[in-house]
Amino acid sequence: MENIGKSERLQHLYWRAGFGATPVQLLKEARPVQTVVKEMLTQSDFQPLVVVDADHFQNNKTLKKLAANGKPDRDATKMRIKKNAGLIRDLNVLWVEKMASGEDVLREKMALFWHGHFACRVLNPAAVQRYLNTIRTHALSNFADLLMAVSKEPAMLQFLNNQQNRKGAPNENFAREVMELFALGRASQSYTEADIKDAARAFTGWGYNPKGEFTFRQNQHDDGLKTIFGQTGYFKGEDVVRLLLEKKQTAHFVTGKIYQFLVSDQADSPEAQTRIKGLAEKFYKSGYDIAGLLNGILTANWFYEPSVRGNRIKSPVELLAGMQHSLGLVFQQKQSLIFIQRTLGQVLLYPPNVAGWPGGRNWIDSSSLLFRMKLPDLLLRSRPVTMQPKQDGDVNTELLARREGDLMQVQIDWDAFERSFSEVDPDRLADALAAYLIQQPLGKTQRAVILQMADGSSRGERIRNLTVALMALPEYQLC
Amino acid sequence: MKRREFLKQSALTTAGTMMIPSFLKAYELDQMNVDPAGSKILVVVQLSGGNDGLNTVVPFGNDIYYRERPTLAIAHEKVLVLNDEIGFNPALEPLKALYDDGLVKVINNVGYPNPDRSHFRSMDIWQTASGSDQYLNTGWLGRYLDATCLGTGGCAQHRAIEVDDTLSLSMKGNIVNGLALLNPKKLYNQTRDVMIKVLADHSYPKTQDNAGYLYKTLAETVSSAAYVYDQSAKSIHRTIGVYPAHELGKRLKTVSELIQSDTRTRVYYVSISGFDTHVNQMGQQERLLRQYAEAVKAFMDDMKSANRQNDVLVMTFSEFGRRVKQNASNGTDHGTANNVFLIGGGLSGTGSERVYDQAPDLHNLDAGDLKFHIDFRSIYATLLEDWLGADDVAILGKKFPKLSLL
Repeated sequence: MENIGKSERLQHLYWRAGFGATPVQLLKEARPVQTVVKEMLTQSDFQPLVVVDADHFQNNKTLKKLAANGKPDRDATKMRIKKNAGLIRDLNVLWVEKMASGEDVLREKMALFWHGHFACRVLNPAAVQRYLNTIRTHALSNFADLLMAVSKEPAMLQFLNNQQNRKGAPNENFAREVMELFALGRASQSYTEADIKDAARAFTGWGYNPKGEFTFRQNQHDDGLKTIFGQTGYFKGEDVVRLLLEKKQTAHFVTGKIYQFLVSDQADSPEAQTRIKGLAEKFYKSGYDIAGLLNGILTANWFYEPSVRGNRIKSPVELLAGMQHSLGLVFQQKQSLIFIQRTLGQVLLYPPNVAGWPGGRNWIDSSSLLFRMKLPDLLLRSRPVTMQPKQDGDVNTELLARREGDLMQVQIDWDAFERSFSEVDPDRLADALAAYLIQQPLGKTQRAVILQMADGSSRGERIRNLTVALMALPEYQLC
Repeated sequence: MKRREFLKQSALTTAGTMMIPSFLKAYELDQMNVDPAGSKILVVVQLSGGNDGLNTVVPFGNDIYYRERPTLAIAHEKVLVLNDEIGFNPALEPLKALYDDGLVKVINNVGYPNPDRSHFRSMDIWQTASGSDQYLNTGWLGRYLDATCLGTGGCAQHRAIEVDDTLSLSMKGNIVNGLALLNPKKLYNQTRDVMIKVLADHSYPKTQDNAGYLYKTLAETVSSAAYVYDQSAKSIHRTIGVYPAHELGKRLKTVSELIQSDTRTRVYYVSISGFDTHVNQMGQQERLLRQYAEAVKAFMDDMKSANRQNDVLVMTFSEFGRRVKQNASNGTDHGTANNVFLIGGGLSGTGSERVYDQAPDLHNLDAGDLKFHIDFRSIYATLLEDWLGADDVAILGKKFPKLSLL
């Protein structure tokens, strides 16, 4: 990693392990990346994100249940839906703003990863809040603890129907997804339908009570003999999690997904496969120490190679939090944050399905690319928005598609941003901003285009125009 | 027009070399006469939210229907009768007129095994044509685009157009995605931004990495947008009759204009939302069904007068039907099997054959929900092979029995 400048290394690290760095952060940081990584991994000021009291759980009164209870009051029902959706929206906004704050960035980045890995979508705000704080708590610690904790989350148990998984009438949904998506991977062929059937029996009785706490309901548990992965015993849910962790494939599968998230979505090359194999071995031997695995990736020489840098498509939330962080940008109407996520196809706490967001090139189509390139203009110059994301037809998510006005009003700390470039020679301004905002060398045409935008009566105006232009480049979609 | 001429010439001079810039593709398709006027066109109309099929095609001959829906059932005398068992919701009067002309086929009992009652998951399944235990990242029409792209080498986005601001998963392929546009001018204006123009025209790095992918997408978007706009601007639209002023009417009018502009588009996609009728269903659903029927009627009349009635097939679906029993809020909750409509001049069968499969069996339910008889992927397979002339097995990943619909 000696062949590139320190600033480039840091920028790369901050984009992949966080949501970018501010120019001030880059100027001030004197330590080598190894030290910075260590600090990212050991920050311990964990704060839960809270929009609703934890004891506010109640049994999720969906419309159906309200109706069944003889409360078909239309207005009350609509109010309840609106209130719940509003609370989840508040939590979404709180989390995006936390990502953009630059605090404890690796935890939030990995929580974003785990949210896609353990994708979960329910309508009860207290359950969503608990689930989110569980993945944030364990984001950097130990995968064995994380897997167990997430598996016992009421939100997950509800989402994957384990509340309905009972002795004599097993529901296999949870057991199947634990193997297919959380631990072993569908392609691994390391489990059979018979394994799923008996694992489902072992998970019978796992549920949650009206207070929103995990409970083991002994009377619903199938206490017979089960055979899972060739081992036979009177297994319970905890045993299935243990058996999964004993399989090396679990370490391999999870390492591969983290590699794709942090390093490159093209993980099929022999080179990548060798790296993943080595990392997974260590991960397994460490007893699933996530921090150790991350340290191995973020301090490897290959992590800083030119082929890796600037070749990852930012997810909509990374793009959004990154812009906020870089410019100290604050949205006046929080609905704008939801509108952007919705238009670009990634609404936090509303993943498309249990498999999470496919990511990579799936983020990009004609309309999402044009909107991404227009976004700096809409935000930094307050231009009117003409796009409208489609409604998905679900009355519970109507709130998310709302635009609330044609303008997205933001506050930007331009003074602080400009001060960071005050030492830069006027002729070098475009290149200095490009070096900060774009994570790969700027092409000739791109540079010429950007220079055309560099007009302006004052230095401040030129900086703002250049920033809007650089952020509108396809290259800004990459990190 | 100058720009178009210039591109035409450039297309000719660069054709045959290894480095044909992608931004010429849209015009190349034109040159190659891929999918000329008269090619079969599929128009998908998606009803989002889970349309209540039992109050759309009413089983008026069934006592259970009236027993389970004391306040929601539609009285026998109001139903627009199709046969002695079923009939349309009165709000579908314009659709009934098309039916009487032999232009509509009603397919009953459509669904899939292990149905999912969540909106987003079930819509996922319908849009990707996956099984309920499978997660796909591409849509069935996106994969159709992939197949045409490999077949003719014309990997252009505008061969499948969604009339909307954003693109549905159903329109996303592995190699190429469809094009989303609310109208040709709006998209064209978006691509007229000075910077976008310059970047798409000159700086396209033909690399395999993600930067190359972004520039390729940009160049293709600019090219398809310009082509579609040029075609629609120069053609004389003969949109006859009055389209209803609501959103679906406007969108189907745009589809009609594009069809008549010969944009070489084989697939169009539009959506109408609001069918999630848990509470006070009656007024809400009737309003939406009326909008739907009016818009489709105007569209088909238009196609008839443009002599394209036999080239166009409209398919209408929703992600699920609703429960047989109404709830306590004068609404219905998420259910399973539903009906699908096909509308166009190329349908087979007359008389009783206009209804495919028997009326839903309300005696034989699965925990209060309708059982499906016809896998929706059988309809897709039939449309792909028999209508669009594509390899349904390659696109759907497995063989589904075809239905005699066309």
